[in-house]
Amino acid sequence: MNAEPVLDLRGVVKVYGGTPVLRGVDLAVAADEVVVLIGASGSGKSTLLKVANLLERIDDGQILLGGTDISDPRVDVDAVRARIGVVFQHYNLFPHLSVLNNVTLALRRVHRVPKRAANDRGHALLARIGLADRAHDFPDRLSGGQQQRVAIARAIATDPELLLLDEITSALDPQLVGEVLDLVGELKASGSTIVMATHEIGFARQVADRVVFLAQGVVVEQGPPAQVLDDPRRSATREFLARVMR
Amino acid sequence: MQSLPAPSALERERRRYRRGRTAASIGVSLISTVVLALVMWWVVVRSPGWQVTRETFFDPDYFMAALPLVAQGMVTNLKVLAVAAIGVAVLAVLLAGLRSLRGPVFFPLRFLAAAYTDIFRGTPFLIVLYLVGFGVPALGLTDQVIPIELLGTVALVLTYSSYVAEVLRAGIEAVHPSQRLAARSLGLSHYGSLRLVVLPQAVRKVTPALMNDFVSMQKDVGLISVLGAVDAVRAAQIQVALTYNYTAYVVAGLLFVVLSWPFIRLTDWLTARQQAREQIGGLV
Repeated sequence: MNAEPVLDLRGVVKVYGGTPVLRGVDLAVAADEVVVLIGASGSGKSTLLKVANLLERIDDGQILLGGTDISDPRVDVDAVRARIGVVFQHYNLFPHLSVLNNVTLALRRVHRVPKRAANDRGHALLARIGLADRAHDFPDRLSGGQQQRVAIARAIATDPELLLLDEITSALDPQLVGEVLDLVGELKASGSTIVMATHEIGFARQVADRVVFLAQGVVVEQGPPAQVLDDPRRSATREFLARVMR
Repeated sequence: MQSLPAPSALERERRRYRRGRTAASIGVSLISTVVLALVMWWVVVRSPGWQVTRETFFDPDYFMAALPLVAQGMVTNLKVLAVAAIGVAVLAVLLAGLRSLRGPVFFPLRFLAAAYTDIFRGTPFLIVLYLVGFGVPALGLTDQVIPIELLGTVALVLTYSSYVAEVLRAGIEAVHPSQRLAARSLGLSHYGSLRLVVLPQAVRKVTPALMNDFVSMQKDVGLISVLGAVDAVRAAQIQVALTYNYTAYVVAGLLFVVLSWPFIRLTDWLTARQQAREQIGGLV
């Protein structure tokens, strides 16, 4: 295993209009590691994922991706984002593009893969997520779970070094949650480095290498799921778990 | 609000770098603007006919003489514009509302509204102006003379309401259907949901396009001079005819720009404020 963390946040601070949302977060994610962020709404989970992808500018601290400082204003932010895959809560598929073109857009337009090769890769990915026959449908024709699977396929199409999943099951019906989480489990098995924010405590227990509990913009507690979820050391963690496990 | 700790040396260095970049890009744009202006000035001033052009278009004496007369005409423009703008707003909302009606029962209304917009968007404004300005008085409906300004206003309303209705309809259709669903689910009628939920969002989406039409209409008010009304353009024309000097046209042109400018800035400011209020920021 590579000693260098894939993602390394050091004392990250993010302030929205005078209100600190992240107040000095330290978090290192190793290669092939699956880190699950838990915490109440407003604890900073989503903001952490956004600043990691440079979709928000941090107000202090440092973010390293594969050893390079990506919070340096001299870096090419598009090139950094091209190395990271993101899946959003509300899928954010492009409604004017077919399922296949959603998946292959970045391959063709950012990574300059020839159309034929991009389409081959797109079809292979759609087969992998069980939607081979829907390649030429438009996203609005798909169920929420199917759309989210396509969004995952879009995010992994370019083989990103890091995958950020932002509450990807929160907008889904309970019976559709399973199909999306199964796919995430498959990604873990195939050796992806993943940081995900979720409310699915059961899934966190099953898939996480490490669970990180955030509250009020700081990491309160972290460790293996068995420790953090079943034997939390901090009272804030216990209170949070008691509320969500009820 | 908690007090924030002082930024680290690293963050201070980043901020310094960003400030430097901002200053650099402002410098580049300033310099390029000045250079472009100088080049244009140099080309114009060096052109062989510059002396004559300056005397016929930019004579300060003629400028001061024409200014009060053209400004007097501009008052007519403003009156016509004010009345026409209200007429356009009312008629356009009505037309857009009719076109957004659903269900086969309303087919005749939808059809009429569609036909209206098709006809008046297709007909050149000058033709509408002639038809209303000379055709309506010819009907002899009243013994009194119908003021030319009124006829011009009617023509403006007819033409511009068809443009604005289509802009509004585009805005109405751009509002996500879920908004209509949510409004109807509260028990609001079709009219109620249109007025309270859909239209306010639609107008925001199309404010720049509406502003386009407004400024365009402000200039087209000048065309009522073809009916004989003495507006800013006609006042300038009279001055030009009397003095054989074109400076009065420049006066009129400047006045139009000066008038439209506050409206444009005002809508830009309103749009920016609305966006700041209703959307969260972010880098992309």
